[in-house]
Amino acid sequence: MVRSLESCLLKGPCLMHKALERIKQMVIKEFIQVLRDKRMKAIIFVIPVVQTLVFGFAVTTDVNNIPTAVIDLDNSFASRELVGRFASSGYFTIIASPTNSSAVQDLLDRATVSIAIQINRGFSADLKRNIPASVQLLADGTDSNTTTVAVDYASRIIKRYSQDIGPPVTLATAGIDVRQRAWYNPELKSKNYNVPGVIAMVIMLTSLLLTSMAVVREREIGTMEQLMVTPLRPVELILGKTIPFALIAFCDMIFITILGVTIFNIPINGPLWLLPLSTAIYLLSVLGFGLFVSTVAKTLQQALMATFLFFMPAVLLSGFMFPIENMPAVFQYLTYANPLRYFLIIIRGIFLKGNGFDILWPQMAALFIVGVAVFTMSSLRFKKRLG
Amino acid sequence: MVKTFLMKLIRIKAIAKKEIIQILRDPLSLAMAFLMPVLLLFLFGYAITLDVDNLTTIIYDADKSSMSRELAAELTASGYFSIVRTAEDQREIDTYLDSGRARVAVSIPVDFAKTIAKGGIAQLQVIVDGSDSNTATISLGYLSALLDIYARRVTGARSAPSIEPRVRVWYNPELKSRNFIIPGLIAVIMMVIAALLTSLTFAREWERGTMEQLIATPVTAPEVVIGKLLPYFLIGFIDMLISVAMAVFLFEVPLKGNLAVLTVISSVFLFGALGLGIVISIVAKSQLVASQIAMVATFLPAFLLSGFMFAISNMPIPLQAISRVIPARYFVASLKGIFLKGNPVRILVSDAVFLLFFAVIVFIIANKKFLKKIV
Repeated sequence: MVRSLESCLLKGPCLMHKALERIKQMVIKEFIQVLRDKRMKAIIFVIPVVQTLVFGFAVTTDVNNIPTAVIDLDNSFASRELVGRFASSGYFTIIASPTNSSAVQDLLDRATVSIAIQINRGFSADLKRNIPASVQLLADGTDSNTTTVAVDYASRIIKRYSQDIGPPVTLATAGIDVRQRAWYNPELKSKNYNVPGVIAMVIMLTSLLLTSMAVVREREIGTMEQLMVTPLRPVELILGKTIPFALIAFCDMIFITILGVTIFNIPINGPLWLLPLSTAIYLLSVLGFGLFVSTVAKTLQQALMATFLFFMPAVLLSGFMFPIENMPAVFQYLTYANPLRYFLIIIRGIFLKGNGFDILWPQMAALFIVGVAVFTMSSLRFKKRLG
Repeated sequence: MVKTFLMKLIRIKAIAKKEIIQILRDPLSLAMAFLMPVLLLFLFGYAITLDVDNLTTIIYDADKSSMSRELAAELTASGYFSIVRTAEDQREIDTYLDSGRARVAVSIPVDFAKTIAKGGIAQLQVIVDGSDSNTATISLGYLSALLDIYARRVTGARSAPSIEPRVRVWYNPELKSRNFIIPGLIAVIMMVIAALLTSLTFAREWERGTMEQLIATPVTAPEVVIGKLLPYFLIGFIDMLISVAMAVFLFEVPLKGNLAVLTVISSVFLFGALGLGIVISIVAKSQLVASQIAMVATFLPAFLLSGFMFAISNMPIPLQAISRVIPARYFVASLKGIFLKGNPVRILVSDAVFLLFFAVIVFIIANKKFLKKIV
């Protein structure tokens, strides 16, 4: 009587313990398999570093050092002064001073310069006589983004110069003084915006690819059958297949954060403890998608392509580089299903805005709902495929 | 001599045929290979734009005069700003910017209209969310231009600035970001195909153990490489045609240059890109490793360091130097030149020569590496 009661009481925890033990063994096996190839060890850590460095340094939408040509046909004190203002602004690098307009055409055609400033003869004479003088700006519109900003900078420099040399106009006595401020990122550095985003992207790419490939590989080599004859239950198999990559993703997250703070001086204005918590929630949906891909793909080739077909839209429709507000309404609605969207807002909120849980909780809740939905659906599909 | 050459061709044909059969046996991958350019072009053509408009704006009008209301109306009418909220107090601005519900805040002080009427200088506070630096820079530019015109009108200052910038934009006069992105995207798409398809071909044969069987046949290394490359060349070429057709007919990107020149340069680039995929595949020997290397060695540089979207002149010098050895850089430059500028061959030739040089080098490396692996 006493004995049976005891075994009954122990049965629950005992089963639980056994399940945990099986998952642990599975996780160990998975780690051995991934890291057996020495190159994989390097790849898992080198890839996030390379991506962070490239994104931090290369993906800059800051516009400076615009290659510029100057055609100064006036060659007067005033025109040289204006050219000097362009050169010292830091935005324009004057790399050519052609003497005729056809040379400018060639420079723009070859994309040697992206903007040309032409000061016509009579510029200083017009200024002296108080006739409005003009400066021609020829811009290469191929890169529409840079051009918009460059033309804006150039116009401001010209306006400033014109105010400085011109007679005091009536505008100075009555007018509007605009005080501009940029919050969260006062120097408007694009790396502050991009590097936190890379964390979200790298986590997605590594865990998605590794999870889907790990499962499909078992199937391709034929070891899936062996796993199925073990006492492992489907839930345990799913956990065993996802936990290792969740851990790797966590390491990557910490790694990139350290890189971002030390090399790129990214500020962490918010509570740091929110970062691992929201990463965990985010991983739920990413690993769920990885599992889903593994149920669709039969070969590694298919897994790789399917991962990519999923990854690209997820990144492009997340607000990672392209603001969601500018998208057509249909695509804006689509982004609500994208876990990356929520995670980006959270991660940028923590790093740049110093947001706390009080502001970020709706995003975290949404991320959690998407995660649970995706993971449950994928797990069900996975179980079905096993059976 | 002729006979050995013919035998070579027959063996290459046999390898290519085997590879084609293998590709056709996996229709899902093939379908995805053709879906890829369509999906990417759709996303970049329809969903994504770097043009900044409809900026979510919160306005705090403490003045509540006809003049301040006019200012708000003007912001909306410009099309660049959409006012999502008229704040009750200054603190609301903080909440809206913090939670990301607004990107721009304009705050009009109490005696705004009165000050202007008296001929004084009224202060206007503008706050932008700087976390997206690009949008912030552009929106500040729009705002200052708009406010400048507004100020000149309400203050009645008629004196024009003494120097007037006359701006002309060439090649893409309306500054459509679609025209800027789509031509370069073709290079990215072709690089992705190379990365995703070819990088696994050799690795797969090694993993399945069929490489030994292939080596046991009388085929030589260059024959295997060419034979395996040809079917993927065909897929990549079809992808290129799909992309160009979509760019011209669906997205109305002007194709000012010569289509034949475009085809020739694309073929040279494709040959090099596929060659790079094959080198990765031979070196990696494992599909998992190959896929990871391919992502970093082909896709990432083509996307980020090619000038496809991010201006190379803005990058730090070491990265600019690296970008010089990335073939996609030269292909992106050619594509933009052919599509938007209608560049003649004279200008395109230097880029084309580099691409050819790259293709030949990669082909030689592929053969050398393959020989070593056999031994």
